[in-house]
Amino acid sequence: MDILTAIAIMALGAVVLGAALGFAAIKFKVEGDPLVEKIEAILPQTQCGQCGFPGCKPYAEAIAKGDVDINLCPPGGMEGVQRLADLLGREVKPLEAEEKPKQVAIIDENTCIGCTLCIQACPVDAIVGAAKQMHTIIAGQCTGCELCLPPCPVECIRMETIGETLDNWKWKYPVVGIKAVPLKDAA
Amino acid sequence: MSHYLFILVGAVLVNNVVLVKMLGLCPFMGVSKKLETAYGMGAATTFVLTLATGASYIIDQYLLLPFGLEYLRALSFIVTIAAIVQLTEMVIAKTSPTLQQTLGIYLPLITTNCAVLGVPLLNIAGGHNFVESLLFGAGSAVGFSLVLILFAGIRERVECADVPVYFRGSAIAMVTAGLMALAFMGFAGLDKYQ
Amino acid sequence: MLNLFKFWGGIKPPSHKTESNQHPIGVAPLPSHLIVPLHQSIGGTPKPVVQAGDKVLKGQLIGEADGWISAAVHAPTSGTVREVAMHVRPHPSGLDSLCVVIDPDGRDEWIARTPLDLATTAPADVFAHLQRSGVVGLGGAGFPAHGKLTPAPNVPMDELIINGAECEPYITCDDLLMRERADEIIRGIALFRDLLQPKKVLIGIEDNKPEAVAAMTAAVAARGENFAVVAVPTRYPAGGAKQLIRVLTGKEVPGSMRSTAEMGVQVFNVATAYTAWRAVAHGEPVISRVVTLTGNVAEPRNYEVLIGTPMDELLKLARPHPDTNGILMGGPMMGFLVPNRQVPVVKTTNCLIAHSERLFPPKAPEMPCIRCGACATVCPHELQPFEMYWYARAKNFGKTQEYDIFDCIECGCCSYVCPSRIPLVQYFRFAKSEIWAREREKKAAEEAKARFEFKQFRDEREKAEKAEKLAKAAAAQAAKKAAEAAAAAAAPAGDAPATVAATDAPAPASAADADKAAKMATIQAAMERAKAQREAAQPKNIEALKPDQQRELAEIEARRQAAGIADAPASATQETKAE
Repeated sequence: MDILTAIAIMALGAVVLGAALGFAAIKFKVEGDPLVEKIEAILPQTQCGQCGFPGCKPYAEAIAKGDVDINLCPPGGMEGVQRLADLLGREVKPLEAEEKPKQVAIIDENTCIGCTLCIQACPVDAIVGAAKQMHTIIAGQCTGCELCLPPCPVECIRMETIGETLDNWKWKYPVVGIKAVPLKDAA
Repeated sequence: MSHYLFILVGAVLVNNVVLVKMLGLCPFMGVSKKLETAYGMGAATTFVLTLATGASYIIDQYLLLPFGLEYLRALSFIVTIAAIVQLTEMVIAKTSPTLQQTLGIYLPLITTNCAVLGVPLLNIAGGHNFVESLLFGAGSAVGFSLVLILFAGIRERVECADVPVYFRGSAIAMVTAGLMALAFMGFAGLDKYQ
Repeated sequence: MLNLFKFWGGIKPPSHKTESNQHPIGVAPLPSHLIVPLHQSIGGTPKPVVQAGDKVLKGQLIGEADGWISAAVHAPTSGTVREVAMHVRPHPSGLDSLCVVIDPDGRDEWIARTPLDLATTAPADVFAHLQRSGVVGLGGAGFPAHGKLTPAPNVPMDELIINGAECEPYITCDDLLMRERADEIIRGIALFRDLLQPKKVLIGIEDNKPEAVAAMTAAVAARGENFAVVAVPTRYPAGGAKQLIRVLTGKEVPGSMRSTAEMGVQVFNVATAYTAWRAVAHGEPVISRVVTLTGNVAEPRNYEVLIGTPMDELLKLARPHPDTNGILMGGPMMGFLVPNRQVPVVKTTNCLIAHSERLFPPKAPEMPCIRCGACATVCPHELQPFEMYWYARAKNFGKTQEYDIFDCIECGCCSYVCPSRIPLVQYFRFAKSEIWAREREKKAAEEAKARFEFKQFRDEREKAEKAEKLAKAAAAQAAKKAAEAAAAAAAPAGDAPATVAATDAPAPASAADADKAAKMATIQAAMERAKAQREAAQPKNIEALKPDQQRELAEIEARRQAAGIADAPASATQETKAE
């Protein structure tokens, strides 16, 4: 008899709690995933596809779902990985690919045959030109994704590292040079 | 009346659930990397713990004791706690997805948080009535949140400090936790009155 | 007497001003060549309007202002442009920028100068004239003066403050300028007053320059103006714009405020007022300025120096001691060691200090921060440098911003008093430029995202449009086929009704017949139109060609034929070539 009471009571408890949870699941249903936007804000928006996804947003969605690692974005660099790890509370992992300095694509205008293939490949419309006309790259809009390199039939596009100019120059981290100090100075 | 106050103060400071009773160390070490998550975890645990102590008291008094089923305490408490945790998780997922993501595995782990099961059991062992149980539960939860937040604050600063290489990460956190526990021993005797 | 206020913190370093302010302003001789950087003010880089080999006259425009916040650049003397090329600029980065190099011809011949008649000139034209004359803030920042002379639209201008504080040690160029050219400064201030219409004009001068205060007071009295010449307590950085505003008016400028004009205050350096007056009254653009030569030299003195004079040539005038190992531009607190000694004097070069280890012994190594708080007690902006340092060091830039790192004016008081000799300002500069870089990246990313999304949207739309077009074409094709079939069916018997319709049109035919006839007619017309269009679309470009062009075309055609044959075997190519 005791055992039956015990079973009955536990069953009753289970039913009550189950009903409560079921109700809550309907009441607090989450729609959409606001996390995706936060992840996307960290990604560099080069739309280069080096992560294996067609653009930054699909990658952000995949990260939010937890399907993929956070270290697949070379343009974001180690810093991007760090920030994603901070946001998501995941482990920092070394970058899958090599980290490259920021680059910009340059079209050799003498070689360009005006095929428009690179224009179609550019994800951010940073190439201007028309069929049979010379093309050129708007350097300010180029994200350095290298997606225009493979389609070019005459290989007239090359990547150039963005050099330091007065506009993007940064103060360096103060590094203290270690050098021997004479004893009397130290005292 | 004053003994209610002593239960509360005793639970928050003197018999701090983390630093004195050494319960709930898993989230204490796990979610204290950032102040923000510590706030979230503190709030979630406070909610769960207070509710769990109340619910456990009712279940124990009106369900288990009348039928002589004291041996089912651990089992029924765990089930209740699990349900409350599930509920909390749904609420957090709705209100703050980032918090849910950062709390990560630790949120469902509140279920198996020894503090959450330990406090109701300590309640029964202490022979508390309903109000005392609630106070003790809330006090323990506040004590947990307090040390968690303090600890997160310290860790955030330690993060920027020049820690010797071999002490970085968990090692320095353990040292810090130990020092905090020592500091909390200073509250001993605060809940005794003549 | 004006009631003065106090700003928090500040320091009193040894002033070292008496070395260089004993002699009147000298005139520096013409240097062997002049390197004039085009970018000398905040804002856009002026575009060069001369090229190598051009003859230029003194005061001739060589760089045209690019945008509103930008100021023109002029030839400091007459001569020949040697080149327009990249040269190192006096900037801590040591990076190159576009400069015009001029070889003086020694005649120092002025271009025709056109003074401005203030009585008949609208303010907008005065601004344009100042911009054309390259008048920028000569206190240090180099903000184009005309930009600051435009009053804020909603805030009445309460005070115009003229900054003659010159709080940094060693520098005496403004001191000497006020002593010797007070009258022209006062006229310049009057010009600013007329443009800004402030309620009060305050001239703040540190009380360690009594001669300058006396000269300015006398000049104000002589002109009959009601400007208040105020001696402010000597305390670094009293010459900071926000500090001087605080001392003279009691107003505190919030860190978030971009322009003090929104507070009803505007601050100009005395030298800016002077150059503005020269530009307006004499039509002289900014081609020279007073520079203090001091430090490790035998004869420290102030000189009127042409912009673009190489620093090493200039410093020779003061006869530097042999152990000089560098040149500091600006004062010892906020200045920097120039990247090499050949860099030119620019509009914001107020002082050159010959650097030597004797004068500025190297700092002992940095020690850990002991959180003594000395930096917080001297910070004129009431910041907490030790906290900012803690987070800047750990590269936690978000936290540095929480501690208001952007309110820091990099005055160097904290580094000066730090007992652990921590170069705090360097950490703050590092953190600031990192934050700026991040902002830039974020903006670029947002832009890229928007462009990417628009491209996707456009691709989608094009696809949809194409599909629609195809569907339409298919439908049209089907309709046409159906119509043709109908026409074919109607053709044998259709002749009769058509003629009937044509001939018997006035006669009342049956409604159905008329209807059918009308339909037929429209179909016929549509087909006619389509045919006409097809014909019109035929290429007609070959018919209109001249015979020689046709011949050329035929030749090309023949070549292409040959190449087509030659395409397959390589030997055949050679054969055709041999032929």
